[in-house]
Amino acid sequence: MKYNVNDKGYYGEFGGAYIPEMLYPNVEELRQQYISIMQEPSFQKEFNALLKEYVGRPTPLYFAKRLSEKHNTKIYLKREDLCHTGAHKVNNTIGQILMAQRLGKKRIIAETGAGQHGVATATVCALMGLECIVYMGAIDIERQAPNVARMKMLGAKVVPAISGSKTLKDATNEAIRDWINNPADTHYIIGSVVGPHPYPDMVARFQSVISSEIKSQLLEKEGHENPDFIIACVGGGSNAAGAYYHYLDTPEVGIIAVEAAGKGVNSGESAATSALGKIGIIHGSKTLLMQTPDGQITEPYSISAGLDYPGVGPMHAHLFASGRGEFISVTDDDAMNAGIQLSKLEGIIPAIETSHALAIFETRKFKPSDIVVVNLSGRGDKDLNTYIDYFNL
Amino acid sequence: MNRISEKLKENKKILSIYFTAGYPSIDDTVSVLEALQESGVDMVEIGLPFSDPLADGPTIQASSTQALKNGMTTQLLFNQLKDIRKKIDIPLVLMGYFNPVLQYGVEDFCKKCQEIGIDGLILPDLPVAEYKEHYQEIFENYGLINVFLITPQTSNDRIKEIDSVSNGFIYMVSSASVTGGTHGFGKSTKDYFKRISEMKLNNPQILGFGISNADTFNSATKYAKGAIIGSAFIKMLSNEGFKGIKKFIKSIR
Repeated sequence: MKYNVNDKGYYGEFGGAYIPEMLYPNVEELRQQYISIMQEPSFQKEFNALLKEYVGRPTPLYFAKRLSEKHNTKIYLKREDLCHTGAHKVNNTIGQILMAQRLGKKRIIAETGAGQHGVATATVCALMGLECIVYMGAIDIERQAPNVARMKMLGAKVVPAISGSKTLKDATNEAIRDWINNPADTHYIIGSVVGPHPYPDMVARFQSVISSEIKSQLLEKEGHENPDFIIACVGGGSNAAGAYYHYLDTPEVGIIAVEAAGKGVNSGESAATSALGKIGIIHGSKTLLMQTPDGQITEPYSISAGLDYPGVGPMHAHLFASGRGEFISVTDDDAMNAGIQLSKLEGIIPAIETSHALAIFETRKFKPSDIVVVNLSGRGDKDLNTYIDYFNL
Repeated sequence: MNRISEKLKENKKILSIYFTAGYPSIDDTVSVLEALQESGVDMVEIGLPFSDPLADGPTIQASSTQALKNGMTTQLLFNQLKDIRKKIDIPLVLMGYFNPVLQYGVEDFCKKCQEIGIDGLILPDLPVAEYKEHYQEIFENYGLINVFLITPQTSNDRIKEIDSVSNGFIYMVSSASVTGGTHGFGKSTKDYFKRISEMKLNNPQILGFGISNADTFNSATKYAKGAIIGSAFIKMLSNEGFKGIKKFIKSIR
């Protein structure tokens, strides 16, 4: 397991748990127990049943005929957009709510940027009847009113983060502070493969259902488990971690990570962490992050609210640094056009995050015989206003 | 011998003050230090501002944000403190988050601290295990005392481990909270103070978080060697400026 986490919580030189002592008991409790809890037969049974009956898994692996013809290669779409709540995020929140119950926690907190993870968390809290508090940047609350309303309908309390830049990274800071202030009864459901060990590994394991399904579905359709390439967009990187997971140590499967270039990698308004980031510490993890030379964390930009995180999960930092993954960045404009293209060719309106992954076919060429799987991480309903404004629809 | 260790040997309760470097104005760092020493403070934690201070409450975060807006950087702080030992002889501790130290270069950072006459570091997000494996030797080579935190949730075994890697004092967090928390200590907090005090650790404990006035200072130092005041001092500084420093310190003891 060369590209997976080691027993100290690192992926190569990335990872670890750089947390203040106040968080140590909670994180350590989780570290000691997460694998054994996940491996309990009763946990597996309940998790799998919920993924099937409640989330709607397995999601289809759909052969995109017209998109394939257009780009002269063989493209499959892994339809995570068909999950309940509209994206892959719920795979993780289902897993973590079951984890929280087994740890005896009564109160759930989460951070959210665009609101997708907040909605997925509020959903599972409603399902299990647990108290839910979601921290969201004050600026994001204004920008994402429909998701705020969804969370409220689901019974969650949405708390604005008014510190710092009032966006995702500050919402994460506030959630961490809440956890410091409520150490005994609270579980923090982190939404991506970020944060202190064991979060990146735990979230990747919950999302790994994506690549496990791709394997059996490809076997059925193509007679073998391995595609030539697997493509996913990366903000923090949870959908990508799930899509890569069972292929990490299979070098014949090419791993392609697509980051948001925003208005251009060198425009000063970008979220292309692998290109612009340097090793450092963000939210308890040693990883690549966008920062000033003095080590202050900077504010990223992307038209996609789900990709504008200034760091990247430590697994992805390692895939980048080791050369195992090919990292490509895509601008706002190219992503928006790819979103329209998929809508018109396949009748699927993708989330703008996912549109970034689809945009690479314009520049990154594949052989006609290549089998390329794109993880279609979310649907575009939540982005309708952005599409409307951008294309004057 | 390190100034912190000297000070801890004195037969008195230590009053330590935290303030954010470059706050309220960029050039205030040295003036605040002078005023604190003149007022009879025993030790000072100089806060190196960080964009994402996870363990801090709103008061210290706001002062950090302002200091960064004012243009504070690690290098600028070192420049400001270049000749500080000509004026200040009380122990000085730098307190901040690990990322800026990592970016400066841990060894370069420690070397610079030694040149200036910094006595110790408090980096709340540098974990014990990482410290032991990668940094303890460097810190010690440059004569720096590293201070770890313990909280009411820290297990006795871990407290003993922290005691064994500490070489100055242990920063005892009064309650499960970020900085600038509620005033006054309840029974469970006092039980915790007592429990730690009865462990007879090698390193003395200095209490922080929630110390804001004479009452909380006296109550804290019944059990601990000293106490640290941060948010309450910064609030005073925001409202009254330098002229309030002497009065504030006098009101504590």
